[in-house]
Amino acid sequence: MFRNQYDTDVTTWSPAGRLFQVEYAMEAVKQGSAAIGLRSKTHVVLACVNKSTSELSSHQKKIFKVDDHIGVAIAGLTADGRVLSRYLRNECINYSYTYESPLPIGRLVVQLADKAQVCTQRSWKRPYGVGLLVGGLDESGAHLYYNCPSGNYFEYEAFAIGSRSQAAKTYLERKFETFKDSSRDNLIKDALFALRETLQGEKLTSSVCTIAVVGVGEAFQILNQETVQGLINEFEIVGEEPPPADEAAPPEQGSGAESGSSAAEQGAAPMDI
Amino acid sequence: MINLIGSESDSQRTLYPYVTGTSVVGIKYKDGILLAADMGGSYGSTLRYKTVERLKKVGKHSIIGASGEISDFQEIMRNLDELILYDNMWDDGNSLGPKEVHNYLTRMMYNRRNKFNPLWNSLVLGGVKNGQKYLGTVSMIGVHYEDNHVATGFGNHLARPLLRNEWHADMTFEEGVKLLEKCMRVLLYRDRSAVNKLQIAKITEEGVTITQPYALKTFWNFSAFLNPTAGAEGSW
Repeated sequence: MFRNQYDTDVTTWSPAGRLFQVEYAMEAVKQGSAAIGLRSKTHVVLACVNKSTSELSSHQKKIFKVDDHIGVAIAGLTADGRVLSRYLRNECINYSYTYESPLPIGRLVVQLADKAQVCTQRSWKRPYGVGLLVGGLDESGAHLYYNCPSGNYFEYEAFAIGSRSQAAKTYLERKFETFKDSSRDNLIKDALFALRETLQGEKLTSSVCTIAVVGVGEAFQILNQETVQGLINEFEIVGEEPPPADEAAPPEQGSGAESGSSAAEQGAAPMDI
Repeated sequence: MINLIGSESDSQRTLYPYVTGTSVVGIKYKDGILLAADMGGSYGSTLRYKTVERLKKVGKHSIIGASGEISDFQEIMRNLDELILYDNMWDDGNSLGPKEVHNYLTRMMYNRRNKFNPLWNSLVLGGVKNGQKYLGTVSMIGVHYEDNHVATGFGNHLARPLLRNEWHADMTFEEGVKLLEKCMRVLLYRDRSAVNKLQIAKITEEGVTITQPYALKTFWNFSAFLNPTAGAEGSW
C-alpha cells in the first residue's frame, strides 16, 4: 500500500513520526478473517469466522483457551497468534503454580502488550502480525481487551477485528449499551448477529464460525458445532423476516454497512485504533 | 569434584540456626484470625533478646507469624514487602490475598529446601479477604497445610491438644484471646525458650491490629511443682 524509504526497519522513524513497520503489522490484522468479542458484567463471548482455504482442508484454529478463566480470539498471522497463546498459557500456569490463584486478566494483557512493544524497538525483530481479543475474568468481573501489534491495548465493551469487521462494529455500536446486563444466552445471540454482519449475505452456519464463552462460574469453553447450529436456527426462526424453512437470510443492514466500510478502508488511514 | 549438594560453596549453606523464636499459635474466630507469639529471641540456651516482634502484617489482608531463625524471618519479610509493593503498584483493584501469600511462601521455602539451603523457619500465615477466612502454615522443608487452628514448634505438642478440645467455630474475640492465652501460658510453663512477654495479632475484614506487649499471670505454687519428683523418685 505505502512504499517509502522509512519502512524497511522497525527502528526507523518516518519524518512524520510514524513507525511504518508497526502500521504494516496492523494491516496484517485487518486482512485476517473476522473475530468479535463482547462482554456483560459476568460473561465474555468470543466469536470468529472460520473459512478454510479449500474444501479439502480443515479450518485454522483462531480461538484458544488460555486458562479456565481466560480465552483469546485472534486475527492476522495465525502462526504468530499461536506463539502468543503459548506465552499467555505459560504466564497463567506459572502464576497459578506460585499463587494457587488465577492470574487477573488485566495483568496478563499488560504483560502481553509489553512483549509486543519489545518487537517495535529492536532492529533484529519484527512486530507480531496478529491482533488478539482477550476475554476473561478478574476480581472485578468479566473484561474484554484488544491487544495490537503496536504494543497498545484497550478495554472494550464489544469489539471486532479483521476483514469486514466494520460491519460487525456498526451492529455492536448500536447495541452495546444492552450488553452490560445481558444474560449469557442473549450475549451469544448478539455475537452471532454481529458475526452474520461480516459474512455479507453468506449463510451463517456453524461450519463457518466458532463461538466461545467464559463467565463467572463458567470455565472457558468453545461451544461445539451442534450447540452453535442450534442457536443459529433458534434465532433465524424467531429473527427479523426470513421464512422458517428457508435459511437464506440476507440482512439489509448488512449490505448497507458493507458499502460504508469499503469507503472507509480505502485511503491512507493510519492506526485503526 | 563439583559440590553436588547445594548450588553454592559449603560456607554459604544454612547448617543450623543461631537466634531463634519459639512457638506461634493461630486460630480462626468469628471475625477473622488471631495469632499469638512471644517476643523472645534465644541464642542457643540463652534467652538473649526480649523484644523481637515475631508477628507482622503483610499487605492489607494477611498477617504472618514466624518461629525459627530470626534473620531468615527478616529476609522473608523483605521479600514479602517487595511482593506486596509490586502488587500495589499495579493499582488495578486486584490484590494478593492470604491464600496467594501462603502459596508464594510455600514455593519459596520448598525451593530453598531443594537447594539444601533452607530458610530455617516455621511460618503461620492468616488473613481475611472478601469475607473468607484463611489460616495456613509452612515449614522449613515446604510442608504446608491450612486448618482452623495451627501452631509451630512446641506449640504443636502443647497447644494443639488444647485447641482440638476447646476450639469451635465462630468464637468471639474474647473467647479467642482467652484460648490463646491458655495455650501461651502452658507454653510458658513448659517451653524453656518461652519468655513472658507476648503479643496478639488480630486480622479482620477491616484490618490488622497487633497488641502492645504484655505479660501473662503465672502461678508457681501448684503442689506438683513443689515436689516435682514425687511420682518418680530419683529423677529431676
